[in-house]
Amino acid sequence: MRVVAQVVKYQLRDASRSRWLMVYTAFFLLATEGLLRFTGDGEKTLLSLMTVVLFVVPLVTLVLGTVYLYGAREFTELLLAQPVSRRSLFAGLYLGLTLPLTAAITAGVGIPLLAHPATIGAQQGAFVVLLLVGVALTALFTAIAFVIAVRTDDRLRGLTAGIGVWLAFALVYDGLVLVLITVFSDFPLERPLLAATFVNPIDLARVLLLLRLDVSALMGYTGAVFQRFFGSGLGAAAAGGALLCWIVVPIALGARAFVRKDF
Amino acid sequence: MIRTCALAKRFGRVDALRGIDLDLASGAVTGIVGPNGAGKTTFIKILLGLTRPDSGVVAFDGQPIGADVHYRSRIGYMPQIARYPENLRVGELFDLVRDVRGADPAHPIDDELIERFALRELFDRPLRVLSGGTRQKVNAALAFAFHPDLLILDEPTAGLDPVASATLKDKILAERQDGRTVIVTSHIMSELEELCDDIVFLLEGAVRFAGSVREIKSTTRQTSLERAVATLMIREVA
Repeated sequence: MRVVAQVVKYQLRDASRSRWLMVYTAFFLLATEGLLRFTGDGEKTLLSLMTVVLFVVPLVTLVLGTVYLYGAREFTELLLAQPVSRRSLFAGLYLGLTLPLTAAITAGVGIPLLAHPATIGAQQGAFVVLLLVGVALTALFTAIAFVIAVRTDDRLRGLTAGIGVWLAFALVYDGLVLVLITVFSDFPLERPLLAATFVNPIDLARVLLLLRLDVSALMGYTGAVFQRFFGSGLGAAAAGGALLCWIVVPIALGARAFVRKDF
Repeated sequence: MIRTCALAKRFGRVDALRGIDLDLASGAVTGIVGPNGAGKTTFIKILLGLTRPDSGVVAFDGQPIGADVHYRSRIGYMPQIARYPENLRVGELFDLVRDVRGADPAHPIDDELIERFALRELFDRPLRVLSGGTRQKVNAALAFAFHPDLLILDEPTAGLDPVASATLKDKILAERQDGRTVIVTSHIMSELEELCDDIVFLLEGAVRFAGSVREIKSTTRQTSLERAVATLMIREVA
């Protein structure tokens, strides 16, 4: 535990001076503040911000995560040459990467929200869910960045894999769902589509948010199916649970790969 | 101090090490030489636990290294490449390694290299602004700082200016005087001749010679280490 805390401590210092992290925080500050001012409406802000968070958080986390880990390769080796266990070092590096990114999104979105309590109105709960979803996606995609960076020695291939993962979840998935719907429009698709949602953490995050909002028109096909099938309460629990699995599994895979790796 | 037994490692289709049996004497400076790809770095990384052997055993003071990480608190390692987190400061790096090693902050570190390389005045600078040579000095100072019993130095003088290089070599010899064990790899034979008691010559993942500097010279009938190693290499190829 001591090693974990020490590694996290120095990584937070390193991160607090990182220009990229400042840009990332500023981006959320500006986006949230801007949306609140321009729309003057909690629900509209929430929906636009949701799109931003669901697209930007996975991409930035994957890219910053893999780039950081490749840059810290020799540093990792130096730390592993000290009397530390691989598991503690993994935990330290993982938390040291996730916490600053989490802080960036929490501050970037949270501060403008606190400054405009009137605009938010009744959407408080939904905004909290948005922040939670942002944190969950950060934790999850940091873990995926770890899996990629530990298993691929070539930086360029690792970075490409990171962007590939993002493309698959953020864009290709939606395309495939659409194709599925058009091609098999004569068949009952509820169950396959329900299953499809669980395959994509970004879609799970979207469903989780939209279940709070009750705007079925914006849910997309999978979201609507989800609500009809589960209802809001059970649906949120199922989506939340699945998202949690999506965090735990990559962390476990990343830790395993890190422990077994030949540096 | 370190004994290895039938150490073997494969990377894909390449045999990096094929059965290394070595006994590295305590209190001696051992130079590991060999052409690129001979397995020097893999051997060092296995000693440090950075790489796991496919088979074979490494024993540190008679204890096989395994899940226990404690033996590494007695090792100071100077890697070949020095790259650190950009925004961390020089002083923080020393603090980090001290804290991670669990060394008592009240216990004075060996700051001879810090002083002689004039690193103390750089302690507030971020690591990213340091030149390659200065980073290598930080690397060296870090390896010696916590009074390790065993020093593992991978190409220690690469990238150092002649003055710094001489300072580092003096330090290595002084540590040997104090009874510490040193393992050093280098491509510069004159440097190894100056430093080493023993030489291990690796070729294609196997030990082709292990013995004292005098022995390697007498078996090859050469007067300098450089020519002796060259003779061994030519003999192997022929």
